[in-house]
Amino acid sequence: MATAMIDLKRLGDVKAPAGFADRVLAQAGMADSYAVFDTVLGPVYVAWNRLGVSAAMRSKSSAEFRAWFHKEVGRRLVLVDPPADLAAKIQDQLEGARRLRFDLRGLTPFSQAVLRKTLEIPRGQVRPYGWIAREIGHPAAVRAVGTALANNPIPYFIPCHRVIRSDGLIGNYGGGGPEAKKNILTLEGVQLRRLQELAHAGFRYEGVRSTKVFCFPTCYHGRMAKERNIVHFHSEQEAYAAGYRPCKHCRPAVA
Amino acid sequence: MEGTERVFERLVNEHQHRIYALGLALTGNRHDAEEVAQDTFLRAYRALATYPPERVRDLKQKAWLHRIAVNVVRNRVRGVRPRLVELNGSEPALGPGPEEDVMRKAEIDELAARVACLPARYREAVVLRHVQELSYAEVADALGQPVGTVKANVHRGLKLLRGETHGDGDD
Repeated sequence: MATAMIDLKRLGDVKAPAGFADRVLAQAGMADSYAVFDTVLGPVYVAWNRLGVSAAMRSKSSAEFRAWFHKEVGRRLVLVDPPADLAAKIQDQLEGARRLRFDLRGLTPFSQAVLRKTLEIPRGQVRPYGWIAREIGHPAAVRAVGTALANNPIPYFIPCHRVIRSDGLIGNYGGGGPEAKKNILTLEGVQLRRLQELAHAGFRYEGVRSTKVFCFPTCYHGRMAKERNIVHFHSEQEAYAAGYRPCKHCRPAVA
Repeated sequence: MEGTERVFERLVNEHQHRIYALGLALTGNRHDAEEVAQDTFLRAYRALATYPPERVRDLKQKAWLHRIAVNVVRNRVRGVRPRLVELNGSEPALGPGPEEDVMRKAEIDELAARVACLPARYREAVVLRHVQELSYAEVADALGQPVGTVKANVHRGLKLLRGETHGDGDD
């Protein structure tokens, strides 16, 4: 009996493998997993947990990403081999073919509302900061919208690059500066040149004579109109005065 | 919620080796051991989130985790394995720990495999009593059996193990 018992006690001295505790915490949602993915935007570090994608950044190194994540999100982070299908899912998300789930815990309800609203902006289109503010029921909080978007922990995935200044200028971008913002918008098919020409002329809205509907210039609806039927407006008052109503899709003003 | 997370983090750090060792002794291999230990902690986490603070505070963590782990193993045997991995499902690297050299690891694996061959009722009793070194009362509690039954099962289990150790047959 003595021999068997000594042996058995050794079995009880076995140690869990390295990283076991971190993996458990990751699965419980208390730590996030991360990996680097090759995407249309180049290498992107992506963190996720059981609630969804929690952060993304084009960091130069793993250490830089970890430091940024620690500061912005604060949870524990575990480097893992990504599940086989995740790379394809991320690709689809960035190409607009899929809606991943996101973990926005830790953000204020206001920031969450801003980011959820931003997710509704279709690929290839842009909206002004003021539009987000109005849509989430805080029409005066335009600056706060800008702050929430600047601190978007999941740029590219939550397309804060599709939100631009009300005067049509591109505005700043937390995911790599204004140049990165322009590049991504171009990649998504936004005609920046045309948008900026309109902006310089002070035009914010585009109307179609035949339908008497006005839109944001990038709105998909009305794009089929003939060039000679297109009119431009400086303001919604001007559009209303001309007998136009706001588009129900891009909602440039409250109908 | 914040409180639960702190309790859970301490729980994992304090009991991870013990529960992994339990998984190894009950399943006989390291891959299943890690799965059992992970399932155990995740069930514990879900349970903790629903417990009132007094219950969390008064919890006898060790006995409680052992009870969960035994149930995890029993459910696996029945083929009712909970789905745990969603977005994150990486296979961990199963190299030897830093302080376990390869020889020792092989011996332990062999021993674990031998214990895992015991019939479940003897295996559970022997492992909790002599691998995990719980008291008979704690084992009885973890297994939901009377102390007398546990003692008998430990005795028979050890006898079977010794039979394999000193006997002439290898089966």
